[in-house]
Amino acid sequence: MVKWPNKWMELPIGGVINVPATSVDVKTGTWRSHRPVVNLDKCIKCLMCWVSCPDNSIIRLDDDYVDVDYYHCKGCGICANVCPTDAIDMVEEGGI
Amino acid sequence: MANFIRRLNEIPREELFASGHGLCAGCGIPPMVKIALKAVDGPKTVVNATGCLEVATTLYPNTAWRVPWVHNAFENAAATASGIEAALRALKRKRGWKDYKIIVFGGDGGTFDIGLQSLSGALERGHKFIYVCYDNEAYMNTGIQRSGATPIGAATTTSPAGRVIPGKPENKKNLLDIVLAHRVPYAATLNSAYPIDMWNKFAKASEYLDKGIGPIFFHYYSPCPVGWRMDSALSIEVARLAVQTRIWPLYEVEEGKIKINVMVRRPKPIEEYLKLQGRFRHLLKPENRHILEKIKEYVELNWNRLIRLSQLDSIY
Ligand SMILES: Cc1ncc(C[n+]2csc(CCOP(=O)(O)OP(=O)(O)O)c2C)c(N)n1
Ligand code: SF4
Ligand code: SF4
Repeated sequence: MVKWPNKWMELPIGGVINVPATSVDVKTGTWRSHRPVVNLDKCIKCLMCWVSCPDNSIIRLDDDYVDVDYYHCKGCGICANVCPTDAIDMVEEGGI
Repeated sequence: MANFIRRLNEIPREELFASGHGLCAGCGIPPMVKIALKAVDGPKTVVNATGCLEVATTLYPNTAWRVPWVHNAFENAAATASGIEAALRALKRKRGWKDYKIIVFGGDGGTFDIGLQSLSGALERGHKFIYVCYDNEAYMNTGIQRSGATPIGAATTTSPAGRVIPGKPENKKNLLDIVLAHRVPYAATLNSAYPIDMWNKFAKASEYLDKGIGPIFFHYYSPCPVGWRMDSALSIEVARLAVQTRIWPLYEVEEGKIKINVMVRRPKPIEEYLKLQGRFRHLLKPENRHILEKIKEYVELNWNRLIRLSQLDSIY
């Protein structure tokens, strides 16, 4: 996690962020009210969910089956909606 | 070398646009950005006009980018990109720097309206970059104000549907026509429901830049669940409907030759598209029939015009 500088003088010149992709530490998964649950029996590895997820939260496994990154998933439901075989269900959080 | 694909599994796994950004759940912008950064090969740098993509991916002290990225004001993304391109050309000549590709992302407010003159200048001077306008059809980041890209009948906070007006009274302007008036070598529309088409267009753009040919312009249909008042799960579905109703024709223009990429022979009813979005729901009421008819007329006119133009060897 990038730390906030204590004083403005400690900021890099121009407010530059000189480390890439530090946002990965931000837990956007707390936004979620419903979680996607993948049923691999139905998955045909079309990868439509993987290209469509706005939060890179569909993990593409080595064999092209998919899993979910719940640390970042915002629960938008796009993956379940685009899946041609209905292999992804949106399940209410807190129910389990 | 550009890498054209036929299946989604040919897309490399590594993401150059990271998770943890603050774009809304279901936002339509990232699916395009992810593909753009991967399909345009080699070293690259991103120029971002102020808008949702810019503010939500660089919440200080964090960034969601794995490529060099520069912030600039709302109205001058194309001017910043022009300067970077000219500087890189000079550094290559004088100090042997390698080639970098420049990708610009600007919203519709930043492209159709406030950034139009800097874009026009850059296109006219022929700078070698890719400009992508992600069009969510309003100024979303500041609270859903209507833009030159907002379609007729859409309710926004500055064109609210009610007794006085039935949503925005004016038609959307045709930005690609304005861009084509600059005789750019390659321009196209993009849609997230057609990711293979989108990938191949970026790959082609990359190939053009490799040959030193530019500028290249893309107009991307960018669903916005918040501004369009729809379920976040519907982003891709609504994008597909936009193509299938002929509201968003997918086409590309190479040296003036128009090619329609998705030929929609039997269009779906426009109502199917409108009813998913709160911004259009009032149009389905009987008192707003005349606006609905206007939309249908406009869509048909646009489509027929495109078909006619695509029969020409070149529109330039
Ligand atoms: C000159 C100037 N005027 C106004 C603003 C405030 N502003 C920041 S982003 C924005 C809206 C951007 O709209 P758009 O380009 O459509 O992108 P979106 O927010 O929809 O992604 C506005 C008005 C600004 N940054 N600069
Ligand atoms: S619910 Fe949305 S954010 Fe979560 S994995 Fe599916 S598409 Fe990605
Ligand atoms: S307001 Fe719309 S365009 Fe902006 S981040 Fe949210 S969904 Fe995306």
